Amino acid sequence: MSWIFPPGGIFRPMERIYPIAGGDYEASGEAAGKIKKLLIQLGLAMELVRRIAIAAYEAEMNIVIHAYEGELTLRIGRDLTDARVRMRLVANDRGPGIPDIDLAMKEGYSTAPEFARRLGFGSGMGLPNMKRCSDQLTIISTVGKGTTVTMDFTLD
Amino acid sequence: METWFHAVSLINERCKGCTNCIKRCPTEAIRVRNGKASIDGERCIDCGECIRICENHAKQAEGDSLAATTGYRYRVAIPAPALMVQFQKGVRPEQILEALLGLGFDRVAEAGWGADLTTVALKRYLKERYHAEPRPLISSSCPAVVRLIQIRFPGLIQQLAPIEPPLISAAKLARMEIMKQTGARSGEIGVFFISPCPAKITMIKNHYGIEPGVINGALSIRAIYGDLQKLIPKSDSITISSRLSKIGAGWAGAGGESRAVGIGNLLAVDGIHQVVDLLEEIEMGRLNDLDYVEVQACNNGCVGGALTVINSFTARMRINQLLSDGWLPPPDPALAAQADTYYNTRFFDWDYQVIPKPFQRLDQDLSSAMEKVELIEATVRSLPGLDCGSCGSPNCRALAEDIVLDKAQIFDCVFKLREELSRHAQELLLLAERKPPAMGTSTQESGEKQ
Repeated sequence: MSWIFPPGGIFRPMERIYPIAGGDYEASGEAAGKIKKLLIQLGLAMELVRRIAIAAYEAEMNIVIHAYEGELTLRIGRDLTDARVRMRLVANDRGPGIPDIDLAMKEGYSTAPEFARRLGFGSGMGLPNMKRCSDQLTIISTVGKGTTVTMDFTLD
Repeated sequence: METWFHAVSLINERCKGCTNCIKRCPTEAIRVRNGKASIDGERCIDCGECIRICENHAKQAEGDSLAATTGYRYRVAIPAPALMVQFQKGVRPEQILEALLGLGFDRVAEAGWGADLTTVALKRYLKERYHAEPRPLISSSCPAVVRLIQIRFPGLIQQLAPIEPPLISAAKLARMEIMKQTGARSGEIGVFFISPCPAKITMIKNHYGIEPGVINGALSIRAIYGDLQKLIPKSDSITISSRLSKIGAGWAGAGGESRAVGIGNLLAVDGIHQVVDLLEEIEMGRLNDLDYVEVQACNNGCVGGALTVINSFTARMRINQLLSDGWLPPPDPALAAQADTYYNTRFFDWDYQVIPKPFQRLDQDLSSAMEKVELIEATVRSLPGLDCGSCGSPNCRALAEDIVLDKAQIFDCVFKLREELSRHAQELLLLAERKPPAMGTSTQESGEKQ
């Protein structure tokens, strides 16, 4: 990762943490909804809001479908390397982890359980959508422990 | 700043300052201040929800009066198809048209007839855009929804199908017909819509009011209903014929537009709060299997308009009866061919631009907006979270936003005020018990000391 999240600076950086419970389909989408409302209030361009909201929703759903628990963490700050304002969205979970990340990144590949698919989830587009929507995406995963997906977005 | 006409307004003396309307408004446009409701014009979409909910009838919709239609050589009424089901069972569309002539109009051109034209144009447009992204395309025939998209979902403007709604098609075609038949100049023709809702009055006033080359004004169904009732003639003395087809008439009720379009994967949603939910889904890209959505602010569609007279379920049932009783013909093929030609000449293109007007942005500057978000969230945490509305804002979060944007104060919250009063009361009590040193301490205490 090339950019630094400064503890201070011109910007008072912002951090928000949204806890997500695995298997809680009823509340699914709430964190992404809150993030979307926040970004609209900040006055970001609608196209950008839409991209981030979709990425946040997919990340949230991945935790709901696959993990025991996790959280979305949103940080906005100024990147000291090029002075741009960036947002970092981190989806961190305690869960089964991803054995083969390259395979998981393939469109249409899914390990979602049958009932989740019947609900219309698990089409194997989650991670590819997140990659498409963000400027940069990295995945760190340990099988049996959990996964951390980090997405960066340039806001200005 | 633009001056935007709003059909919906408040009758001050009737408003009791209750908080029913602030809770019902889909864009949180209403606040109660100094005991009276006040509507924020930047946010109001003229959907009429507040008119419906107000028990004191303090909200009204300002349309034109019948007097405003005089002074033209030809006076044309464009009745909404919803008007055709506002009367007693068995009253035919022709009788209602005849009654409109009785009111003083020289001609009538039904908006439902214009719907046959708009239907052709919409089908053409959807075919052209069939593979275009993002999907689905969104109907623009309900002006309250168009306005909702402008202010709350500006990212979806590009998905609106930019085709003139039926009433405008009818107005344009009627004007052309009269000019051709009589040689009259456009300025000698006054075209007036008979509207089931405030949103269409607003649209006409704002987009066409300044240069009335298409449509000159709008009257509400309610405004002329009483007079029309008296003028309904017996069915055997009709001189006029209706041009309503079973496709055109269907547009009055929810689902009629998508039935008319009839191609692709369609969905019809009615009721402003349901429309908000739907647009949220579309904005998140979760409905891109759909080709076209019909969206109407009123429950049951235009027959449920806030300026109609009869119950919207009864009205919708009557529409269904009208469609199924076999009297109405299919759309005129000659008219459809005409519409096809007009489509190529951009007849159905919007005469105006729909531009984004987002109201939720807290500040032009990102870092100031971030500070305000922090302040709002801190304020929300300090509020009771009951969303009672006593402060005059629709919920605690809205009050927090109002406070941070200097439109309200923290003690507008009755609970915060109580807390503060109780704190002051305790302080007063403590002060009252205190005595100046010269008077010594209280007797009980001095007793203890001894």
